[in-house]
Amino acid sequence: MALFASLSERLNHIFSKLTKRGKLTELEIRTAMREVRIALLEADVNLKVAKEFIAEVSEKAVGQQVLQSLNPAQQVIKIVNDELTALMGSGNAKLEVSPKPPTVIMMCGLQGAGKTTMCAKLAVQLKKQGKKPLLAACDIYRPAAIDQLKVVGGKAGAEVFEKGTQDPVKTAKQAVEYAKKMGYDTVVIDTAGRLHIDDKLMHELEEIEKAVSVTEILLTVDAMTGQDAVNVAETFNARLNITGVILTKLDGDTRGGACLSIKAVTGKPIKFIGVGEKITDLEPFYPDRMASRILGMGDVLSLIEKAQEAVTEQQAKEMERKMRENSFTLTDYLTQFETLKRMGGASALMSMLPGAGKYRIREEDIDEKKLERIRAAILSMTPKERENPQIINASRKRRIALGSGTTVQDVNQLLKQFEQTKLLMKQMKGKNKIRF
Amino acid sequence: MGLFSKLRAALKKTKEGVAQKMRRLFLKNKLGDEFYDELEEILISADVSVRTAEAVVDEVRGEAIGNRVKDESFVTDLLKDILEETLNEAPVPEIEYPCVMMFVGVNGVGKTTTIGKIANYFVRDKKSVTVAAADTFRAAAIDQLNVWADRAKVRIVKHEEGSDPSAVVFDAVSSARAKNTDVLLIDTAGRLHVKDNLMNELKKMDRVVAREYPEAKFYKFLVLDATTGQNAYAQAKVFQEAVSLDGIVLTKLDGTAKGGFVFSLCGELKIPVVFAGVGEGIDDIERFDATEFVEGFF
Repeated sequence: MALFASLSERLNHIFSKLTKRGKLTELEIRTAMREVRIALLEADVNLKVAKEFIAEVSEKAVGQQVLQSLNPAQQVIKIVNDELTALMGSGNAKLEVSPKPPTVIMMCGLQGAGKTTMCAKLAVQLKKQGKKPLLAACDIYRPAAIDQLKVVGGKAGAEVFEKGTQDPVKTAKQAVEYAKKMGYDTVVIDTAGRLHIDDKLMHELEEIEKAVSVTEILLTVDAMTGQDAVNVAETFNARLNITGVILTKLDGDTRGGACLSIKAVTGKPIKFIGVGEKITDLEPFYPDRMASRILGMGDVLSLIEKAQEAVTEQQAKEMERKMRENSFTLTDYLTQFETLKRMGGASALMSMLPGAGKYRIREEDIDEKKLERIRAAILSMTPKERENPQIINASRKRRIALGSGTTVQDVNQLLKQFEQTKLLMKQMKGKNKIRF
Repeated sequence: MGLFSKLRAALKKTKEGVAQKMRRLFLKNKLGDEFYDELEEILISADVSVRTAEAVVDEVRGEAIGNRVKDESFVTDLLKDILEETLNEAPVPEIEYPCVMMFVGVNGVGKTTTIGKIANYFVRDKKSVTVAAADTFRAAAIDQLNVWADRAKVRIVKHEEGSDPSAVVFDAVSSARAKNTDVLLIDTAGRLHVKDNLMNELKKMDRVVAREYPEAKFYKFLVLDATTGQNAYAQAKVFQEAVSLDGIVLTKLDGTAKGGFVFSLCGELKIPVVFAGVGEGIDDIERFDATEFVEGFF
């Protein structure tokens, strides 16, 4: 978002005046850290957390590391980024499994954090691991919350245990008994959203925890939460001794500084992040990626990983060979579109690129439908045409357009784009070794 | 609204309020750079945007230099005045009837609950009310609104889950017009402002109301969770561009968050706060009052 210049931009601006001298004074570090502080606050990192963080980083930065560095701005970003990553924990934390099944996972959090949806997402995840999850409906307060769990549970293919609006403590107990009897190895308890200062409802959670032997207590937090995230996390943790955190709604443009605050005040790992409305939109948490996001540097690592998942090593080698020999054909062009689709579409991909936030690339600009039309047109070509686009004359164009539900103009445009791509590849050839 | 309104009471729940923090600040510091830096931080701690906090503190500093009295109450009052003025930069619209109110916002801010409470608010005011279940996406959202409609004893227009929300809006508008309904409240699915396809869906609903019911006053309200941080500005800005907002409903003020982001929404984007949600009960909704809010904020 243009409103908040990213930290790297801010720092680059400050240090651009300093590169000639190549030296940094303590005063200059202090100036830089002022910018870091603003960046953190604009990302919703809690003020106290931000201050402690700055103090720590300053200590490290004032030392030789930065002074000896050739590019001070980069060095500062690296130190800040490393410290941020360290603060948010190392590696991603997995769900605990109880040695005595069933494993019981209790969800908790404020209203509207996304607990019910998350229950279904967890069920999908557990099933993928070969587990047999049971969802327990213990939100008896919000109208239709039980119905909602039933619907999303159905989508996830998980059974939902519910006893209407009876005492949730009793329902939780019965759900666990039912799970034991029916051979479910994991029970996910959906609880009502509640304010951390609502003593009566917080007590109810303590009662559920006492009644069934809970393996995981996961605090679900909206990633857009502001400074108050520390109060919420602190109170939930103090009363329930939570075992982990799930951050939701990270598919928005929030920088998610709440994440750092929560980690700092509870010390508990962030186990998962919710990244969309589909029940498969759940990802493990990676502190290094979150650090880049809070600092506004784009999720470069995620992008690389997604590309690796979608493109097999062999495909990549083959593509490289074709580019070398300049024998890139429309078939390869098609393969590329399909790869892009597997990576979540062009717009999903763009959103992960650094700086893309700044330009706010809209879905209109990338028009997934247009990509679909291109795909359809290529699929309507004969293998011969795909290998030798030169032979596509007016009558062939008409046939392709008709067969793919597009127009002759669409086909023309596609051929033109393909030629441009080919030209581009020719230019790149030799310059760099291109890996997807 | 009484002196001890629910709004103010709700805002008072924070462990240490802005006022206490300021008291501590005065005990510790003389007016100087450090003092103003900390004042800025106090505001940011209440989710006031960094930019607004800087601007407000600059103004306080300017005033304080010109004046001789520089004690705590002077600065506090000054700060309150500035903040209240900021809120008043966006005038609250008068409600005219018949009207349509469409509630928009990101997921989980409390749109459906707000509509239940607002339906009841107008019923108490002897108005005829219809609610439209145009959140056809979220599982059981229609059922949820149905429960609220029963509680408030108002009519509901609904289709099946998964149906076209604009079609629901179309039917609701036809029904509201035919029955001379004073207030039609439209519930919409939660959507993140960065999802352009969902924002386009919203624009379509907006067009349907404008086209099919031009004689009714049409208000579009953004529902914002007081727990939200700096992202609230981005949300308001993008929703504003998509459907031109008439106001904000600030929900969940009964927690410990203060919703300090509203100052930049009123001051910069000129979107007024119209209603405030202060609890889970059907009566826990109030017309927003700038003075009360600022008092409660401290």
